[in-house]
Amino acid sequence: MDMKNMDMKNMDMTAMDMTTTLKLNVQNLHKRYAANEVLKGVSLEAHAGDVISVIGSSGSGKSTMLRCINLLEQPNQGTIALNGETLELIADRDGSLKARDAKQLQRMRAKLAMVFQHFNLWAHMTALENVIEAPIHVLGMSKDEAISRAERYLERVGVSHRAAMYPAHLSGGEQQRVAIARALAMEPEVMLFDEPTSALDPELVGEVLKVMRDLAAEGRTMVVVTHEMGFAREVSNRVIFLHKGLIEESGDPREVLVNPQSDRLRQFLSGSLK
Amino acid sequence: MLHGFMPTILNGMVITLAVAMASLCIALAFGLAGASAKLSKSRGLQRLAATYTTLIRGVPDLVLMLLIFYGGQTMINQVAPKLGYDQLIDINPFLAGVLTIGFIFGAYLTETFRGAMMAIPTGQREAGIAYGMSKPQVFLRITLPQMVRFALPGFQNNWLVLVKSTALVSVIGLDDMMFRAGLAAGASREPFVFYTVAAILYLAITTVSIILLRGLETRFSIGVKMAKL
Repeated sequence: MDMKNMDMKNMDMTAMDMTTTLKLNVQNLHKRYAANEVLKGVSLEAHAGDVISVIGSSGSGKSTMLRCINLLEQPNQGTIALNGETLELIADRDGSLKARDAKQLQRMRAKLAMVFQHFNLWAHMTALENVIEAPIHVLGMSKDEAISRAERYLERVGVSHRAAMYPAHLSGGEQQRVAIARALAMEPEVMLFDEPTSALDPELVGEVLKVMRDLAAEGRTMVVVTHEMGFAREVSNRVIFLHKGLIEESGDPREVLVNPQSDRLRQFLSGSLK
Repeated sequence: MLHGFMPTILNGMVITLAVAMASLCIALAFGLAGASAKLSKSRGLQRLAATYTTLIRGVPDLVLMLLIFYGGQTMINQVAPKLGYDQLIDINPFLAGVLTIGFIFGAYLTETFRGAMMAIPTGQREAGIAYGMSKPQVFLRITLPQMVRFALPGFQNNWLVLVKSTALVSVIGLDDMMFRAGLAAGASREPFVFYTVAAILYLAITTVSIILLRGLETRFSIGVKMAKL
């Protein structure tokens, strides 16, 4: 762990020195449901290798923010750019924004693999079929190639012995690891995690967190909405604290979580036991 | 014993089956389109589908069939001369029957399919969207295979009623199993015998259907049998 922290620090240093590529650039997101403004102008920048933890109490808008990045929710305002390519947005009938070009959105979504709180593995497909589905049908990969890639990633997250099983026959932790393999098989630019351990039994949280730590150590770019303060503190190189749709504090977790500046974050941290 | 009418009645059974199968194909298309329209974001499509199901489900099948067969015939023969076509056009009773039954059962299947689509957790479709699938891909690869399981019990009902409704095409002159059983009943003056034969043959079709559909149900429950969510 110490070794890895050292590595992460070194990576931060190089990031400072040479301004690594900006992978994901989200600016000024606003999201309203009727009169209820859930996001009031939130920005997030992820450089290559960044692991950003987004924390906050429920209702703070952290999941909404993540879902706006790949337009599972349509923001009312804001810009989203991936690898320098800005997603073109136009007004929808209800005043929110939608993609001008569905093809561009699909292309960008394929590079922003998402891991869901409730796994959302396709119930009618085996673990392996879940992992090869999008590479074949979205990336246009051949079946053989997709299978060998899928086997590699299932092995990587430690569930290759479950490849032929259906999601319903897997434990929650196994399902989430298959879901992570599904995301990895897209070889995405940025991985989005939406509370990946919140639906798991406490004894299964560890196996998923371990996989995520390993991914972080590999230098993958990740945005993680989480309640796991241990993960936020030890694995991420940046933490964002959302409160009522605004970023209340953000920065190095070893600063922000140890010396919270705002009362709200202090309150939030004292409330979360981890 | 059956005065030699059995072969002709069995031939009629082939027509009955053909009408049922062909109507089913049309009903499936109308049902899927109707359910998609009802669940779409477009107000116009929603209203169109609502009108369709309300109207069709509210009027007896026999009335609709006569309306479409005779009404359609009259309409075509009024329009055709204006287009410079001066021969009398007869609507083929097979086609008329199939279209009418397909159209009627499309309305029932719309509701069956709508329920089945709604039974699929939103996360399933969302995962497809999030991984860059197009809307048609999400429908074909995720929604359709998953809704089969939820649709089968209702579909089974619809199919059985549809098979029985094909007996109505005999009133517009199609010589299906019912039509031929009726002729045999009249000619032999043994209505009880021949309508019993018809009843048994309908029962045979529906019983085989039930067995086949049960197999289908098992097949599409793969991977979800143990899932108690």
